[in-house]
Amino acid sequence: MKLFCAGLNHRTAPIEARERFAGHAGTIARLREQGEVLLLTTCNRVEVYAATARELPTSEIAQALQLHGDDVAPGELAAFYRYENDQCARHLFRVASGLDSMVVGETEIFGQTKRAYEQARASGGAGAFLHRLFQRAFRAAKQVRTKTEITRGSISVGSVAVELAEKLFGDLRGRKVLVLGAGETSEKTLRALASRGVSDLRVTNRTAARAEELAQRFDGMAVPFTGWLEHCREIDILLSSTAAETHLVTPENLAPMIRHRVDRPLFIIDIAVPRDVAPEVNGLEGVYLYDIDSLQSIADDTLQLRRQQIAAAEAIINEHVADFSRQMAQFGAREQRVATLHPEIPATLRVSEL
Amino acid sequence: MDRQLLIFSTLCFLAAVVRSSVALRARVFRRSRFNFGMILLGFLLQSAFLGLRGHALGRCPITNLFEVLVFLAWSIALIYMVIGPAYRLSLMGSFTAPLVFLLQSFALLAPIDAPRTGRVPPNAWLEFHASISLIAYGAFALACVAGVMYLVQERQLKTRELHSIFYQLPPLPNLFSAMLRLLWFGFALYSAGLISGFFTGEPLPWTKVTLAIVIWIAYAAILFGPRLCSMSPRHLAAFCVAAFAAALSLLWSIEFVAHHA
Repeated sequence: MKLFCAGLNHRTAPIEARERFAGHAGTIARLREQGEVLLLTTCNRVEVYAATARELPTSEIAQALQLHGDDVAPGELAAFYRYENDQCARHLFRVASGLDSMVVGETEIFGQTKRAYEQARASGGAGAFLHRLFQRAFRAAKQVRTKTEITRGSISVGSVAVELAEKLFGDLRGRKVLVLGAGETSEKTLRALASRGVSDLRVTNRTAARAEELAQRFDGMAVPFTGWLEHCREIDILLSSTAAETHLVTPENLAPMIRHRVDRPLFIIDIAVPRDVAPEVNGLEGVYLYDIDSLQSIADDTLQLRRQQIAAAEAIINEHVADFSRQMAQFGAREQRVATLHPEIPATLRVSEL
Repeated sequence: MDRQLLIFSTLCFLAAVVRSSVALRARVFRRSRFNFGMILLGFLLQSAFLGLRGHALGRCPITNLFEVLVFLAWSIALIYMVIGPAYRLSLMGSFTAPLVFLLQSFALLAPIDAPRTGRVPPNAWLEFHASISLIAYGAFALACVAGVMYLVQERQLKTRELHSIFYQLPPLPNLFSAMLRLLWFGFALYSAGLISGFFTGEPLPWTKVTLAIVIWIAYAAILFGPRLCSMSPRHLAAFCVAAFAAALSLLWSIEFVAHHA
């Protein structure tokens, strides 16, 4: 059996090309006649993994992935890569671990790979060979995730803010959040906070209608813009993103509000430019102020750290590739023996029985 | 034989320290069973050492500074194992192991294991007083460890320089409540130890009594301070660290004075 993969991704082809070759179960049905075939499609890649008795040329795979059935131009074929045997295993292990992703270390690809495998298994596309290959890929990816820091931290400003809040308070359930300014950025961050269990949401805005609309959407409470400061006595997180040209929160107006809450930290996320919160506020006891630059800097550090962890992740993957290669060699030898003893049994049946 | 047990115990704590340091340098600071396993093994060896010593002495083995330091290290390990996993503060082990390692290394290297001439007659009140006070010191030591963890995390949050260890530390409110619980636990034991000291039937050296009362007042001030004035958790953590450093120095002074008297 020949084990290989072929496809294109965000590095080898622009989105237009990926759209044209976004094949599905129907388009690759013809390939399945040749042996085990599995299709992995995400927004960044379209790949076919196969274990077949005869060699399938890349052009045939590209043709099968073509959505409109047109001929594949030679220029388009150049965007396809192809890996065989150990290289195919290494490529899949890197993909499942998030090393081949646009954002190194992202974990969504693991779930997408798993779903692709389950679909192929259910439809009969994945047999003994691909089963071994993908199970090994999942083990490798899990080990990469637990033994390295490649998936640690967040790399977007909003998620860094939410992660910090979670780190600071442990559990966000029951925490009180006040949103100052009901813009699009506030809404995104608010959505992320709500998804982590924050239930007491208060929104204030110069335009009261907009505050009410946003508060309603998140089952929160609209607060009059003239009285928002009073809420700082109770809240745990202040998310600020207004278009104000001067500082709305200063040590002078905040200090009296937090005087009696010494044992409860106040986390302030200021994602407005120009800033809504005076930087001196960070000097107040128990107040932790993060503006857009500090959040971006943490996101950059995380990305840097993830890149530093690539070598450690590659070492884990090398071990798994070596193991998989040995396993496949033994499997091949057993299959060969059966083929010699019982040439009447078809190859596909031999493989599935083994 | 008993010193060998202690050496092996110290090596176990050293292994936990090395493991944490390597993980920290590699920026993959994670909770590990290895650390807890090493601390547990170190604790069992400590217990065996104290058991052998106690059997030889025919009383609780806290008759000289060497034994006092080992007993203190044992109480720290004991309280860590009781409260660490319970309050999900397993990372505390990475901070506890160096403290225990330093205490035991000092005990082993310094010439402070002065042998007693003859058997000391058992005195239940005295043994209760000494052992309960040392366990209280163990609780204060762990409160100090929680304080250090609090200060490290608070500093990183304020300066916005978040290192690998930051992501593994327990949340600030959890650390604060663990610190308070340990302080109350230690304070209750220390108070019991202090009171029982008056029932030992032994002459009461005024230096020892004064120093013990000073330590008691210091911890009472830390515990009641936030209620009387608006003391922030950061200040409480800092006082917690300072008080334990002072208490440890005073403990040593008390033993030093007693030994030379």
